[in-house]
Amino acid sequence: MSHDTKSLAAQLDRADTRVRHDEGIGGEVRAFIDRVRSGDLGMLPVIVGLLLISTVFSTLNPVFLAPNNLVNLLFDAAAVGFISLGVVCVLLLGEIDLSIGSMSGLASAVIGVLWVNTGLPLPLAIAGALLAGALTGFVYGNLCNRFEMPSFVATLAGLLALLGMQLYILGPTGSINLPFTSSLVRFGQIMIIPAWLAFTLALVPGAVMIFSGLRTMRHRSAANLSSGGMTVVLIKAAILTAALLFIVYYLEQGRGVPWMFGVFVLFVVILDYALTRTQWGRSMFAVGGNAEAARRAGINVRRIRLSAFVLCSTFAALGGVFSAARLASASQQAGTGDVNLNAIAAAVIGGTSLFGGRGSAWSALLGVLVIMAISNGLTLLNLSSSLRYMITGAVLAVAVIVDSLARRSRASHGRA
Amino acid sequence: MTKASRGRDHGDLILRLRGISKQFGAITALEDIELDVHAGEVVALVGDNGAGKSTLVKTLAGVHQPTAGSIQYLGKPVTLDTPGKALEMGIATVFQDLSLCENLDVVANLFLGHELNPWRLNEVQMEVRAWTLLQELAARIPSVREPIASLSGGQRQTVAIARSLLLDPHIIMLDEPTAALGVAQTAEVLNLIERVRDRGHGVILISHNMEDVRAVADRIVVLRLGRNNGVFTPDNTHEELVAAITGATENSVSRRTARILETQGG
Ligand SMILES: Nc1ncnc2c1ncn2[C@@H]1O[C@H](COP(=O)(O)OP(=O)(O)O)[C@@H](O)[C@H]1O
Ligand SMILES: [Mg+2]
Repeated sequence: MSHDTKSLAAQLDRADTRVRHDEGIGGEVRAFIDRVRSGDLGMLPVIVGLLLISTVFSTLNPVFLAPNNLVNLLFDAAAVGFISLGVVCVLLLGEIDLSIGSMSGLASAVIGVLWVNTGLPLPLAIAGALLAGALTGFVYGNLCNRFEMPSFVATLAGLLALLGMQLYILGPTGSINLPFTSSLVRFGQIMIIPAWLAFTLALVPGAVMIFSGLRTMRHRSAANLSSGGMTVVLIKAAILTAALLFIVYYLEQGRGVPWMFGVFVLFVVILDYALTRTQWGRSMFAVGGNAEAARRAGINVRRIRLSAFVLCSTFAALGGVFSAARLASASQQAGTGDVNLNAIAAAVIGGTSLFGGRGSAWSALLGVLVIMAISNGLTLLNLSSSLRYMITGAVLAVAVIVDSLARRSRASHGRA
Repeated sequence: MTKASRGRDHGDLILRLRGISKQFGAITALEDIELDVHAGEVVALVGDNGAGKSTLVKTLAGVHQPTAGSIQYLGKPVTLDTPGKALEMGIATVFQDLSLCENLDVVANLFLGHELNPWRLNEVQMEVRAWTLLQELAARIPSVREPIASLSGGQRQTVAIARSLLLDPHIIMLDEPTAALGVAQTAEVLNLIERVRDRGHGVILISHNMEDVRAVADRIVVLRLGRNNGVFTPDNTHEELVAAITGATENSVSRRTARILETQGG
């Protein structure tokens, strides 16, 4: 206790005596319980979901928790995860993109045609796929902005149009195999982060947490604001680092951490920074919360909406490139089936609200792990895809119900 | 503030509206409106519900586009086609429906669209500014890091008023700013209006409370059914104002006055 009561009272944000200020570890726990009670569930559903899934599937088939199965799961998660990142962007505005599956399929077809059939260099082919994504998003954004078309209609139309385009450019053969020895396919199937690097990277989040915690504390006390203290930050960082080290250690018992998943996490971190630390991100949340208020505050709502659709389709295209790499092929089946539903379900399960204005980039990562764990577990049980679809559909329904109930509870607790 | 220093600012015309009309489909909300606002002047805009006060304010805030008419701002004809443009030019507004984002906290709402350091938000600096502004308004906000949804109506009103002050505008328009406020807060807002006026800014105040209006207004502009219905000063009697607002010389207020006069006379 370095503060005396006088300096505490003088702090700008501690003038109101009616507010209980939760400090230290006890306070943190109390604040967490308060948040959950009021419907601000955060990561709780995901953690409960993952525990439940692991227990059920590993009792049914012990292979589920085997390190190499989890490594495969991470390979699979990256492609859908990218698509889900884009979904987070549109959901934050209370919009939706139903054509992400078709977009990813079209992107993988573009890769196949440009790279394998036409012989263009790989980076150019990838750029072409991403450009197709950006263009599609641009069209959606304009349809919604200029013609006030509901996004679900615009993208539903897009779903069919993009699928048609995919079938058209693939031609009558309908499937293009990507060369197995190429860097793209190796990236999607084999390439693993070296163990030393993986362990080092596992230390980074904790270190960043402590560093930025110290920085914030210094700035806040310099500005005469309460700064909370470092105990909680240190404990959180320690828990996080221990968990990450354990995860890396466990995966290293198998093949290790896939590069593809590492790249996905990198993009999650970048999007999270953009959403929480930049003016653009603040505007995204504002438009999702109350578009008219955002407009009156001087935000260019149309530009924000356009940016969200462009990002969403571009991420979907990138996801398509990754899944082509994973499957070593560009086919008519790419992006069909449950891809759409998985990507949207992942974002919602991870805690991004369908109603706009709430969510985070991390929800794509967490949600996709849940969805992929379910899908992987069901495959291990040799269930047919008909059953898998039904179960995944039910999981999405449950996630949406949780989202709605939490929203109602937040409204009655004054947390929007 | 002495009369002399205010007098210097007086007379500088900031805002000049001529022939402003606004049509919503078949409804004519405003017709041929005329309004002047000078530096260092509080103009009260009064009128019955549906008289078009809010519509006029929204037209000036860039929320609605006028169907006809001209706006002169700081001596130049302007078109206010987006709210962002109006804000940039120094026209700040507290809307009747407040227009806050309930999912964002107080700091985020105050700085919405004008965050410090767009590529790496300076949260500490913004929080300090937020507390300073709110203290200036004698606001009772428990925490600026709670979402707006958790605040009471009066607290939200204060946040909206604080936001209008943030950019140091030339003109502040307040649409029924004291409707949800308590006694102390109302006094604080009226004080604030005078402080803003004394700094040489123009203020447009919409209120149904004639006492408040008389307390701070330099001129009282009456709207009735979307048209100008006279300009008054606080020296005019209550009855004259009520008559202009309701459009009737005969009403309960004038009848009572007449009765009083009668009994005094008889
Ligand atoms: N967005 C709108 N669309 C259609 N009519 C409107 C709209 N806004 C206001 N009006 C109409 O304009 C008239 C004036 O409303 P308003 O300016 O809100 O009055 P007040 O003086 O009470 O603030 C009312 O008849 C109202 O119905
Ligand atoms: Mg009104």
